[in-house]
Amino acid sequence: MPARRRLTGGIWVGASAVCATGVAAVLLLIMAYIAERGIGALSLSYLIHVPRPIGIPGGGVANGIVGSFIIVGIAALMAFPIGIFVGLYLGVYGYGPRAEGLAFVADVLAGVPSIAIGIYAYTVLVEPFRQFSAVSASFAFAVLMLPLVIRATEGAIKVVPRELREAATALGAPDHRVVGKILLAAARPGIVTGLLLALARVTGETAPLLFTAFGSQFWELDPTRPMAELSLQIFNYAISPYSEWHEQAWGGALLLIFAVFFLSLLARLSFLMQKGRGPGRAE
Amino acid sequence: MADQAIAIAEETTGVATPVLRQRDRTAARLFIISLRGSCVLFLIICGGLVAELVWGAQLSLRTFGVGFLWSSAWDPVTEHFGAAPFLYGTAVSSLISLALASAIGIMAGVFLAEFAPRKLGVSLGFLIELLAAVPSIVYGLWGLFVLAPFVSQWLGPALQDTLGFLPFFQGTIYGVNMLTAALILTLMILPTITAISRDLIEAMPMRYREASLALGATRWETVAQVVLPSVKRGIFGACMLAFGRALGETIATTMVIGNRPVISTSLFAPGYTVASVIANEFTEATTNLYLSALIELGLILLLISIIVIGLGRLMLRLLER
Repeated sequence: MPARRRLTGGIWVGASAVCATGVAAVLLLIMAYIAERGIGALSLSYLIHVPRPIGIPGGGVANGIVGSFIIVGIAALMAFPIGIFVGLYLGVYGYGPRAEGLAFVADVLAGVPSIAIGIYAYTVLVEPFRQFSAVSASFAFAVLMLPLVIRATEGAIKVVPRELREAATALGAPDHRVVGKILLAAARPGIVTGLLLALARVTGETAPLLFTAFGSQFWELDPTRPMAELSLQIFNYAISPYSEWHEQAWGGALLLIFAVFFLSLLARLSFLMQKGRGPGRAE
Repeated sequence: MADQAIAIAEETTGVATPVLRQRDRTAARLFIISLRGSCVLFLIICGGLVAELVWGAQLSLRTFGVGFLWSSAWDPVTEHFGAAPFLYGTAVSSLISLALASAIGIMAGVFLAEFAPRKLGVSLGFLIELLAAVPSIVYGLWGLFVLAPFVSQWLGPALQDTLGFLPFFQGTIYGVNMLTAALILTLMILPTITAISRDLIEAMPMRYREASLALGATRWETVAQVVLPSVKRGIFGACMLAFGRALGETIATTMVIGNRPVISTSLFAPGYTVASVIANEFTEATTNLYLSALIELGLILLLISIIVIGLGRLMLRLLER
């Protein structure tokens, strides 16, 4: 019965097409809706003012934007060096059960709920000092970023052609020079992409902030004190009963989407642009 | 002068000269030490995560024992705590989302890898991957203001009219309820399942398909009987990763599930998840026992997701070989 078999096949293929385009369409519609609602809330004053009490028009999220940069920035300072070094270890010497175990731990850590990591940051950096702080939020973010940085670095090192490393070693260069001058240079596009994606991953992460950064209504630049953060502000505005604050939440959500898309696109572009150059080319 | 020449030669070639070998040896040792040190530090951080949560949960573990898991009391005043309603809410919302998302996501992945015209496949795939990066707070916001009203006014009544004889679709329809949470989670984990399924299918060697087609199978039969069975372990792994994400998702669920610690068969009733109760009550926990009970919930969540994610990673890793 070839006709019937072809028909069944056609129906299934059609269903799969509906699924794929449907997923993309629904997600796009959500983004379009947020863009529409968010554009209305965005204005210069929204970007440069701190929140105002309910009833007074005009407040903004400037302190949250700055807070996001500070928290993510400190997290990057913590996670990047350790992550790159562990990734280098796995990429350069990473063979055998010990390295595989380490990579597995990193993979599992990548899936651990961020709220559990938030509790971890709370018990390590908030409870002992009896104070919520931006640094504790950065610690939570750093733990979230570490596995991504590790795996990206490892992957980037492992695709560097073997001959390159062998040639350098054969010329008498010691390991740290082979890694520093040859492998790192060749793997740079992949590593940079991984770092950017790690930043995109924690931008907009809210759960661990609830009891680490905690949030603030004021300008706060001291990382040892509670600090405002954009996604936290969106959350608090969204669950409030006031419609003016709901407006502010939509504006913030649009800003977050911009930031995340910017980072993701930058990651891809930087990879494509850098890949053409440098000693990493396989040809 | 000679030193300088050697230094320049070394700088440009990256090759150690005998004169400087001693310095190089020190540098090499430092390099290895810092690599190893970073690995040890990383493992300490990972171990610390489990250790801190166990330590923080001690008081609750000692007070309630294993009964914590099936007690449904949650009363901060009398200090009686149990995890049952939260475990129930987490399990139901994430299992429903896993069922929906795996069915749709695998189909979408099949289309992108096998049937889509090249350009369409690449651009749809790129779009879906990009959307995977959208923060959960954004989905939560949309879910609260758009999806929840839609569920209470349209989807809920429609389901009640058609499937109302089932216990899952009875009772008052709230906007913020288990169903809304499950739907939001579905949207959030769909990109993961779609993207990994597509990659797995694309990575399969062409010759299997050619063999199947040469034997007279249609393209769909090839997919259903040759391609999918050979990547099923990987797809199972992808679903486990997505399930782990749904289990631990906090903000979006908190915004749409209703946050009421009750066990109700109806999906239209509000519920509560493990992650949500931690998010809502952690800063309000006034007593040590209260805080410890919340940390124990975090510990349970951590252990469940380590098992689920570990299983998923193991499956994907076995396939890589």
